[in-house]
Amino acid sequence: MEERELVEYFRAQIREDPDVASAVAAIRSLLEFLKRDQSETILGLRENMTKAIQRLEETDSSVAVSSGGELFLRFISLTSLEHPDLSQCKNVMIERGELFLKKISLSRGKVGKLCHTFIKDGAKILTHSSSRVVLKVLENAAADNKRFTVYVTESQPDSAGKLMAQKLHNLNIPVTVVLDAAVGYIMEKVDLVIVGAEGVVESGGVINKIGTYQMAVCSKAHNKPFYVVAESFKFVRLYPLNQQDVPDRFKYKADILKTVKDLNQEHPMIDYTPPSLITLLFTDLGVLTPSAVSDELIKLYL
Amino acid sequence: RLPEHVQVDDPAALKKLAKKLERQQVPLRSDYGYKVSLFSHLHQYSRKSPPTLQISIPATVIHPSIVRLGLQYSQGIIAGSNARSVALLHTFKQVIQDYSTPPNEELSRDLVNKLSPYISFLSQCRPLSASMGNAIKYIKKEISNIPSQCKEEEAKGKLQACIDSYINEKIILASEAISKYAIEKISDGDVILVYVWIHSERKFRVIVVDSRPRLEGREALRRLVKKGIRCTYVLISALSYILPEVSKVFLGAHALLANGYVMSRVGTSQIALVAKAYNVPVLVCCETYKFCERVQTDSFVSNELDDPDDLIVTRNGKSHLENWQTVKSLGLLNLVYDVTPPDFVDLVITDLGMIPCTSVPVVLRVKNVDQ
Repeated sequence: MEERELVEYFRAQIREDPDVASAVAAIRSLLEFLKRDQSETILGLRENMTKAIQRLEETDSSVAVSSGGELFLRFISLTSLEHPDLSQCKNVMIERGELFLKKISLSRGKVGKLCHTFIKDGAKILTHSSSRVVLKVLENAAADNKRFTVYVTESQPDSAGKLMAQKLHNLNIPVTVVLDAAVGYIMEKVDLVIVGAEGVVESGGVINKIGTYQMAVCSKAHNKPFYVVAESFKFVRLYPLNQQDVPDRFKYKADILKTVKDLNQEHPMIDYTPPSLITLLFTDLGVLTPSAVSDELIKLYL
Repeated sequence: RLPEHVQVDDPAALKKLAKKLERQQVPLRSDYGYKVSLFSHLHQYSRKSPPTLQISIPATVIHPSIVRLGLQYSQGIIAGSNARSVALLHTFKQVIQDYSTPPNEELSRDLVNKLSPYISFLSQCRPLSASMGNAIKYIKKEISNIPSQCKEEEAKGKLQACIDSYINEKIILASEAISKYAIEKISDGDVILVYVWIHSERKFRVIVVDSRPRLEGREALRRLVKKGIRCTYVLISALSYILPEVSKVFLGAHALLANGYVMSRVGTSQIALVAKAYNVPVLVCCETYKFCERVQTDSFVSNELDDPDDLIVTRNGKSHLENWQTVKSLGLLNLVYDVTPPDFVDLVITDLGMIPCTSVPVVLRVKNVDQ
């Protein structure tokens, strides 16, 4: 399978199912790539897979694609590939790939089930930008006959918050859109803050849409709980010390990285929230404190 | 059960220790000078009276290379936890080489018994560090795992190889791995504050912080200047003055405790505290063999008191504290270690990778599973 075909397949996945996480679409494309791959040796196969992952990262520069791809590669090669026949090895890898895909397709549901119990009746929730996981959580809470109101930030520059407000409106949940600058103003009214994540880093901090860090600092100042919901395939082996330490390839969109020379003039799309500001993380591995994330990462990656 | 080296003010514990040392034929070293009351539960020795003075020549019970090592420890010739552990392991190799199993005895049991008086002697010369403790535990385990049908020469060769691989893996290769990870965290144009030694090739400026009485920063400064890195040298009292221009702080560690606290040279926790106040990231570099299962929350319970005479300084021909012993109400305190809480440390760089300070028990758990 050529790289061009891979990217086309990836884009088609996202077009057909806009509700799917970009990492899941990436893993589906990688599985298809694996099935159609023509290499003669295991080493060649791994090289091709690594190149494919890089190509997908260039198309969609989100952290989740990078972490999902790496976890996929580790999961399928974790078995003993000692069969003398290459096609048998490939079959084992494909089987494990399908298993991995099935597991992560269910993660969003698991997270939703875990988190909605933390939303009490009559709660006022603040969220940032548009996150499909947060939507699932709120959907589950509404289905449980809980009454709550939601405030969503506009989240410039792409106004993703308005999209989120529309989706919540369709679920008959009372929602208000607020300006990004109004987070400090609205914080005293809300009871809790729930945000999604693009990536969860080794320190237990999260990488998410720009504006999340501000929200976390405000909620700390007002002593409101700050919850993050994320699937486990978003756990990534990065350890940023501050905003500057996040690699440039995640901060900006893929096409901007390729065309623009001076990145200092561009606005970053994500920021890093340190673990000291996060109360709890809800993942399909369970409800974790930020310091437990490192424990889980060691189990996943080592 | 408390270790004996923190029970110096308890006469019963002291009597027990004296009896044990007499049995092992190891000389008991007496404390020197007035001890500040908060630290009276710790030993305080003087460099002017090493325990080797009380040993007869030729040494009968204690192997001569151990005597030499003990003297090197007590006089401060070998200092720093890595240097001390490596010297200890090399000396043990020599001891194993010269050892011969007495008749009707098994090597795996007798050798361990032979090592006990040596270890008592070394801890009289200078209290054992956490890294040395881990190394000794490893060696004792390896010795007791030698099968009884193994011939003596073969067993000795095996033990030598074990010790060599321990030094290579846990110390030498570990520090290379740590340098590799640490380099990733240094970007061009950074200003780095060091209280420890590090080597790299990016374009950055280093500020070396030093403190009396050891002034170990001067050696680091010498090496950095030789490599052509732009350096600034300050004493620890100037810390809050230069911290606004620092982008990252690199610290070394003597040991990492199971509750995430970092035990290191006195002054380290001060640097971490001030760096936190200025929002500067603090990175600690530590090999995994220095991780220990102990838990400590303060610097009082378990510490080391160095020779108080080190604090006497001679300037313009006058040494003001020369006669400190005559002043009854004066005590000189020369602490060696202090303990830094994990909230002040942003990242720990180990040979296994970069981990947050709170994940030390996870690494200990993984290591125990390995063994």
